[in-house]
Amino acid sequence: MYTPELRELIKRVEATRQARLHQEVPRLTPQEKKELLEGFHPDYRQEIFRELKVGPSKGTRTPNEYADVLEAWSVIDPGEFDLSNVDYDVDVLVIGGGGAGASAAIVAQEHGANVLLVTKLRLGDSNTVMAQGGIQGADKENDSPAIHYLDVMGGGGYLNDPGLVHALVGDAPLVIDWLERLGVMFDKTPDGTMMTTHGGGTSRMRMHAARDYTGGEIMKTLKDEALNRNVPVLEFAAAYELLTDGNTVAGAILYNMETEEYFVARAKTVILATGGGGRLHIMGFPTTNHYGATADGLLLGYRVGVPLAFMDTIQYHPTGAAYPEQILGQLVTEKVRSIGAQVVNAEGNRFVNEMETRDAEAAAFIRECSPSRNKGVVTPTGQPAVWLDTPVIDILHGAGTTKRRLPAMFRQYARFGIDLSKDPILTYPTQHYQNGGLTIDASCETPIRNLYAAGEVAGGIHGRNRLMGNSLLDVVVFGRRAGKAAAERAASIKKHAKLSLAHLERFHAELEGAGVPKEKHAPMLLPAYRRTEHAKRKVEILD
Amino acid sequence: MAEGMVTIYVMGKQYEVPGNLTIMKAMEYAGYRLVRGCGCRGGFCGACGTVYRTKDDYRLKVGLACQEVVQDGMYLAEIPFFPGNKATYDIEELKANAQAILSLYPEVFRCLACNACTKVCPQDIEVMEYIQAALRGDIAKAADLSFDCVLCGLCASRCPAEIVQYQVALLCRRLYSRHVAPKSPHLEKRMKEVESGACDREIQKLMKLDKKELVELYNKRDIQKGD
Repeated sequence: MYTPELRELIKRVEATRQARLHQEVPRLTPQEKKELLEGFHPDYRQEIFRELKVGPSKGTRTPNEYADVLEAWSVIDPGEFDLSNVDYDVDVLVIGGGGAGASAAIVAQEHGANVLLVTKLRLGDSNTVMAQGGIQGADKENDSPAIHYLDVMGGGGYLNDPGLVHALVGDAPLVIDWLERLGVMFDKTPDGTMMTTHGGGTSRMRMHAARDYTGGEIMKTLKDEALNRNVPVLEFAAAYELLTDGNTVAGAILYNMETEEYFVARAKTVILATGGGGRLHIMGFPTTNHYGATADGLLLGYRVGVPLAFMDTIQYHPTGAAYPEQILGQLVTEKVRSIGAQVVNAEGNRFVNEMETRDAEAAAFIRECSPSRNKGVVTPTGQPAVWLDTPVIDILHGAGTTKRRLPAMFRQYARFGIDLSKDPILTYPTQHYQNGGLTIDASCETPIRNLYAAGEVAGGIHGRNRLMGNSLLDVVVFGRRAGKAAAERAASIKKHAKLSLAHLERFHAELEGAGVPKEKHAPMLLPAYRRTEHAKRKVEILD
Repeated sequence: MAEGMVTIYVMGKQYEVPGNLTIMKAMEYAGYRLVRGCGCRGGFCGACGTVYRTKDDYRLKVGLACQEVVQDGMYLAEIPFFPGNKATYDIEELKANAQAILSLYPEVFRCLACNACTKVCPQDIEVMEYIQAALRGDIAKAADLSFDCVLCGLCASRCPAEIVQYQVALLCRRLYSRHVAPKSPHLEKRMKEVESGACDREIQKLMKLDKKELVELYNKRDIQKGD
């Protein structure tokens, strides 16, 4: 429900709507885009970054909140920890239960591996399940994987790892086909043509969708398939340290989130598919990410020696919900803009093409609300925002379109008494995606032998900015590749590893040398959302 | 009580919390560290299905804890897990008909049409309607009606016939997509081109360009007009 003050402001949006309907807002020139990013994108604010003091990427910059977890001690004392009792002994250990982890586990098992998937929440609890708008794949007549390649490279600032982009776009049609065969219900016309739209920065309409539950539909299907194939899964089991044998990775220490016990898992190969770190809340930004997005896998990989790629760039999704307060920062899918909603300032004017890449689109929102322009709306809780004029969708495509093609969005706002098809909504950038991550090759192997990484935890695919619809694609493409490569490698390893925490001793020595206080521990596993009052009164009696 | 605060009862225990919080944030405010019952925090994962009553009302109400705002006197419990039956199957070998449903979930045919499932759905899905469609073998309709299901399991928790509606729904959507939906000729064509290596060769040409050439190509690329 809008307050009377906001209701008043909506009148300005309504007043200009008719005149805006078919208005063409020019795309930014390369020079305009550069200036916009440098002036207003958070990636260009020097004070939010610092150089890492330890580890394989020592000296490179990353946001302070990421540095805090990368430069932290393990709760384990490597000299004391008993590894003699192996609780799980498998070929491939998959850490993470989102789209990448589930794909990897299914494919690794298909390749004959004895698999164990562990996840600190439930199988499927991930950003994958929340991804709404779509998945890219160049499968239309007027499109090709090469055109997709060009869009990805340009979107990422031409800094992406070309081999990884090749894998992403080249596998895309195969992945769309695989998902459909598994039973993902993509939007289609009666003759079987995929209904596809644009995303920011795409030159062809190649965004496939399952209404606006695309990731949910994919995740539910992958989870169901993993269960159908009896893939062994341990839920509420976090990995909080990797195990090594010399210079190779050979397992992980697991933690039962409920009984608070540890378990030792030995594996011939390990796949990190733990996702990103939205719940680290860079600069206090709200996030679209799920509860467990605390960068665990990133720092576990870092501790064993995997260098980071592009960890100085974070994606802010332009349209996070800015009102009502209860859903602050939650995702308003880009598909809302893909199918016609217009971005409008407090005066009712458009100020940016809706299909710019996310970095530019978000920077344009921030600029519009900054003192230099001051054309944003301020919500009752003081949150800056711009309008997303959603009623345009039904005007352009017919009554009922919004409800039919954006059922999740429609329902989410209806819960708060706002009808998307009649009233515009307020949005502002929200922390959405970790563009960078662990370094991998096209088979998903990291520079540390027998350790693989897939999905958001890995870096290099998207350069400095990911396009919409390329993360759902990424998790499945690289999940499948990791599953295959890890299974094949495992098959070639005949002898049992001698488990060790030597890497952690070395890492701790580095922390000691850098003067990092011993109270700093990571991974955090879950964000601390209780009030500090509770921590002050906490007593441990029951043990 | 301080202004703006309300009283809620979490599994019967009384707490005072700010009245503008969601149930989930109110529980955290009260001091709960959630492990179960919290997933995406955005209304998509179904981890936080919650049942509650309000003052002087005998009726059970439902919501997702991450989406629903607390009310004064709310008497609530999250139901983060429900031990429902999940049949395992090979999607390739099934046919999209009532027989598939009957063989995997015979309890569907015990449906009493009491509508308790529909009433309890926090997504406002016509649960009973899609169960009825499934048992008639109308897989397309069951798939369509159940599309917005987030697998929270509240339907199954209330079903007197012990049907696990959300699993039936997922089965129907998978059956529909695999065996009913029309194939995409353009996808099949592209698959062949990918498998022949033609697409790779095109990409490799681009990979050989230096940055300047790539930038030029990108800036000149034609952009398909949107709908």
